[in-house]
Amino acid sequence: LAPWVPVVGLEIHAQISSNSKLFSGSQVQFAAPPNSLVSFFDASLPGTLPVLNRRCVEAAVMTGLALNCSINKKSLFDRKHYFYADLPAGYQITQQRVPIAVNGSLSYSLCIDNKMSQMVTKTVRIKQIQLEQDSGKSLHDDTRSQTLVDLNRAGVGLMEVVMEPDMCCGEEAAAAVRELQLILQTLGSSQAVMAEGQLRVDANVSVHHPGEPYGVRTEVKNINSIRFLAKAIDYEIQRQIEELENGGTILNETRAFDSKLGCTVPMRDKEGKQDYRFMPEPNLPPLILYDAKSLPANMNHQQVINIDWIHERLPDLPSVKRKKLVEQYGILPEHSFTLLNEDGLAEFFESVVKQTQMKPKKVIGWILKDLLSYLKQHSLTVKESPVSSFLLADLLNLLEKKEISSTAAKQVLAELWKGEGKTPLEIVKEQKLELLQDQKELEQICQAVIDGHKNEVIMMVLG
Amino acid sequence: AALNGGLRSQVSAALKEGRVTPTELCQRCLALIKSTKFLNAYITVAEETALKQAEESEERYKRGQPLGILDGIPIAVKDNFNTAGIETTCASNMLKGYISPYNATVVQKLLDQGAVLLGKTNLDEFAMGSGSTDGVFGPVRNPWSYSKQYKEKSVPKSHSEDEESNWVITGGSSGGSAAAVSSFTCFAALGSDTGGSTRNPAAHCGVVGLKPTYGLISRHGLIPLVNSMDVPGILTRCVDDAAVLLGSLAGHDPKDSTTIQDGFKPFELPNLTDVSKLSIGIPKEYHAPGLSSEILALWSKAADLFKNAGAKVVEVSLPHTPYSIVCYHVLCTAEVASNMARFDGLEYGHRSDMKDSTESMYAATRREGFNDVVRGRILSGNYFLLKQNYEKYFVKAQKVRRLIANDFVKVFRSGVDILLTPTTLSDATPYTEFIQEDNRTRSAQDDILTQAANMAGLPAINVPTALSERGLPVGLQFIGRSFQEKQLLTVAKWFEKQVQFPVIQLEEVKRHDTDVFQHQKSASFS
Repeated sequence: LAPWVPVVGLEIHAQISSNSKLFSGSQVQFAAPPNSLVSFFDASLPGTLPVLNRRCVEAAVMTGLALNCSINKKSLFDRKHYFYADLPAGYQITQQRVPIAVNGSLSYSLCIDNKMSQMVTKTVRIKQIQLEQDSGKSLHDDTRSQTLVDLNRAGVGLMEVVMEPDMCCGEEAAAAVRELQLILQTLGSSQAVMAEGQLRVDANVSVHHPGEPYGVRTEVKNINSIRFLAKAIDYEIQRQIEELENGGTILNETRAFDSKLGCTVPMRDKEGKQDYRFMPEPNLPPLILYDAKSLPANMNHQQVINIDWIHERLPDLPSVKRKKLVEQYGILPEHSFTLLNEDGLAEFFESVVKQTQMKPKKVIGWILKDLLSYLKQHSLTVKESPVSSFLLADLLNLLEKKEISSTAAKQVLAELWKGEGKTPLEIVKEQKLELLQDQKELEQICQAVIDGHKNEVIMMVLG
Repeated sequence: AALNGGLRSQVSAALKEGRVTPTELCQRCLALIKSTKFLNAYITVAEETALKQAEESEERYKRGQPLGILDGIPIAVKDNFNTAGIETTCASNMLKGYISPYNATVVQKLLDQGAVLLGKTNLDEFAMGSGSTDGVFGPVRNPWSYSKQYKEKSVPKSHSEDEESNWVITGGSSGGSAAAVSSFTCFAALGSDTGGSTRNPAAHCGVVGLKPTYGLISRHGLIPLVNSMDVPGILTRCVDDAAVLLGSLAGHDPKDSTTIQDGFKPFELPNLTDVSKLSIGIPKEYHAPGLSSEILALWSKAADLFKNAGAKVVEVSLPHTPYSIVCYHVLCTAEVASNMARFDGLEYGHRSDMKDSTESMYAATRREGFNDVVRGRILSGNYFLLKQNYEKYFVKAQKVRRLIANDFVKVFRSGVDILLTPTTLSDATPYTEFIQEDNRTRSAQDDILTQAANMAGLPAINVPTALSERGLPVGLQFIGRSFQEKQLLTVAKWFEKQVQFPVIQLEEVKRHDTDVFQHQKSASFS
């Protein structure tokens, strides 16, 4: 059987972290009472006009720069038309002709064969980033034959990030999305929490034989976590291979991932292909951005966005942070990945290192094995940890000074998890876990043991 | 007080000196609206709120603290501008009963300066039309239909024929506003202008109709027809008043991203005496097919007027003029299809009882809510926006639009200051004749002289010039350079002074204010 080459591309919608919406002044807030964050413009009241939110543009520029994109100094807004209950104007304002950023790349890392010790770096090309409006939410109440519409989300700013089909499987897609998530969170341009709908991923999947043209692709939607993303993609790849090997064909369709069944199913057909009748948005002039060179001398700083100014103020991206951690603390690259992967863990680690004499290379083991596994077991975040960095550092100092053994340290840690407010030293004393350093005392104890077990000793001496 | 006089020169003075009070002005206008109800110029009369506003204005005058020239001045607003608390219908079933929660920026500005909002005026549904005949509240009648001047000239075709079947249209789509100003029921009115909708009815009703430069006055709150061409229009009885209104409305609005950023300074119009430095362009393409010989003669006479006064008058060419109507139709219908997509009955406006599905509810709502004209334009527009048609029609039309705009740029660059053209092809048509042709045909015919200025975003103004043989008003149009309203209005004012257009002689108006009018000695132009 000829091998199959799976091809995976991604369309990611990241909700912009901003106080107000992309084109209106109403607030952006998760889980507010229905229809409490809706301005006249969001409700599409006739005569209202869009006004571009500066913060959203800055978020998109930051994201574009972080993804090595070219920022288009002139980009345009368009209307994309379709009728749906959660789209009050009957069109979405997006950037179809000329988006704000193009031609970037994202590097991400994977473990080979599930061994943390072997990491490989891959790159996926970023086709473009465009600004667009989010839609409202509609809930179908079939029992009462009605649709309930909540427009709180209508008009919230989105960055659509399009990743080229450079990935080959669920694992790669998951790793790429994870890295994007970290970047967005580091920049602050999006909180990118999938569970809160701040990051939505659609996957485009196809398979073909090497040397042959790409196969028909399907779009997979309704993916609610990174874990499900990998599952959905891998399922779809398998489904397509099986279908084709059985002589079937792949339809260019949209499929939804059913997380309970672990499979993709065709979505309700929207009557053939949609013609969105794209048209320029006449109420928004072209978006002009400047850099240090092109910035006119007398321009009001409030009125313009300077790409270079934003570039200078970008925080360290995850890849840079990891490098620094490795260089500064002598930990392994895969360690740095885990540190950054967990919200607050890197800061926790650094905090412990500051407060202890134990070498970072040793501290890392405690962080990644003991602390992290405990947190995972109890589904806690680093912030929720009952053991603070101070307490852990305290404990590690006892170990470093050889006042307790490493086994004893683990025991103390187990006790610390209870969060009863005791210090490591108190626990050590309570449970009598002190390491005996006194030679004479040790001899006395050994002698006492030998004396107490004379028969066993004779048996041992005799062989 | 002279209700006929200019706002700045006469009415404002009268108010300040207490010779007339805001309440009196308001009451007179309201009474006149009642007695001219047959004109059907108003959809909503906001009597209570208007009187209250007049009262408040009066208080300010008593304290010696009026807000400005517009304080206490009764005005009317076309019913496609949002007015908080007062119904905004766009003369459509879709918005019947719709009470907007906000004021359009221009409405707010007027109210902030103490103007008294009398009511909302009638129009073609969603401003689509050139007759003000296609709204759900019925057609607007041109006040001149009932003027002494028209009646004297009209020959009854039969014994039984009376005014009822003889009345003429106002033109459109801002016919209600034009009729309101023309019949003295208000001092000024807001219209809108997308293809001539302010200038056309101004010409037919014998009033000044100003289309400002695109981007000068905020569109926030103006329910759009074509976003890239719409402007709020100003209708007044004299050019000076138009300048006053312009001064109070123009300027950047953060709520409208298409308004200019540069500061705008209101101006008073100088009394131009010397036109020798002026260069007037006469675009030959505006000698359009169907132009009445009467208007052609008037146009020629006007050109001579400038020449004899020492101005330079040259023939110019705007070669792409003949393409502007088809270009307009593509771009207009495309934007209409898009702008009307929001009317689905979900958030506001008419909602059908059809409950089978969301889609069927949308379809029924839109069928019930929109008239033929609107639905026709939506269908055409969607056709032009289809993927396979977009390049052929929409993009092509945009390119042609660029050529039309460039025609003007070239002409103005060659040293011409102002263009002089007719505004309409003829005087107002009788209603019974007008409705023989459909809306689309009429619009294509009537917009031909006004449309290109919208394509190019240029300022243009209709100045009432003379009465036709039938005793109906005929106006001429001046088109100026972008944002050069001061120059445009200055020239228009000079011309207005030269032609001394006669005052309408309306029985109803006379009955109300016999002592109020200064009967102008008409050195009538024709």
